[in-house]
Amino acid sequence: MAQANSDIKYLTPIAVDIKKKKFCRFKKLGIKYIDYKDPQYLTRFINDQGKILPRRLTGTSLKYQKKVAQAVKRARQIALLPFVGDNLKENMGGNK
Amino acid sequence: MINQYETVFIMTPVLSEEQMKETVNKFEKFMLDNGCEIVNSENWGMKKLAYPIAKKTSGFYQLFEFKADGSFIKNLETQYKRDEKIIRFMTVTLDKHAIQYNEKRRQNRSEKKTSDNE
Repeated sequence: MAQANSDIKYLTPIAVDIKKKKFCRFKKLGIKYIDYKDPQYLTRFINDQGKILPRRLTGTSLKYQKKVAQAVKRARQIALLPFVGDNLKENMGGNK
Repeated sequence: MINQYETVFIMTPVLSEEQMKETVNKFEKFMLDNGCEIVNSENWGMKKLAYPIAKKTSGFYQLFEFKADGSFIKNLETQYKRDEKIIRFMTVTLDKHAIQYNEKRRQNRSEKKTSDNE
């Protein structure tokens, strides 16, 4: 009496996330230098707790990920970015 | 070997206006005496720090961009260490992309200033 599995109706179709082609935004925009003095721009590369986003999420190439990491660490050194932040995006007005 | 550097330092907020100016001029004079060419100097004024440094939550930021010999940086940093009004400093060498970026940044800052007071 096994019901045919076709009877099993999913309430919502299974969300197969379509593979979004990631690209390195620095190569595309031709940015050569990431400034550590501008925390507004750097908030795009850190998450809410102030951690640097990994390459697999942002899709940046290794060369520019190192520049981003260096810039974020320098900004933390001169207290433009916190080492450990909580809900950083709200109070910094982070632009996605 | 002359290359281009950029130094940022933070002063304690307890200073009065002219004390802050005086420390900035002291460093500017120190640089000029030792044969540096100051390309750009910016004062960001009192800013809130992202985390407390030396129990202070805000500080005066000052930026200097200058051309200097490599050996000069060591005595500049000993000067920073000696001065107790400075709570944090950082010196960074600039490569050619950084120099280009700073020039472009200076242009739009000056444009922004002119558009401000128009």
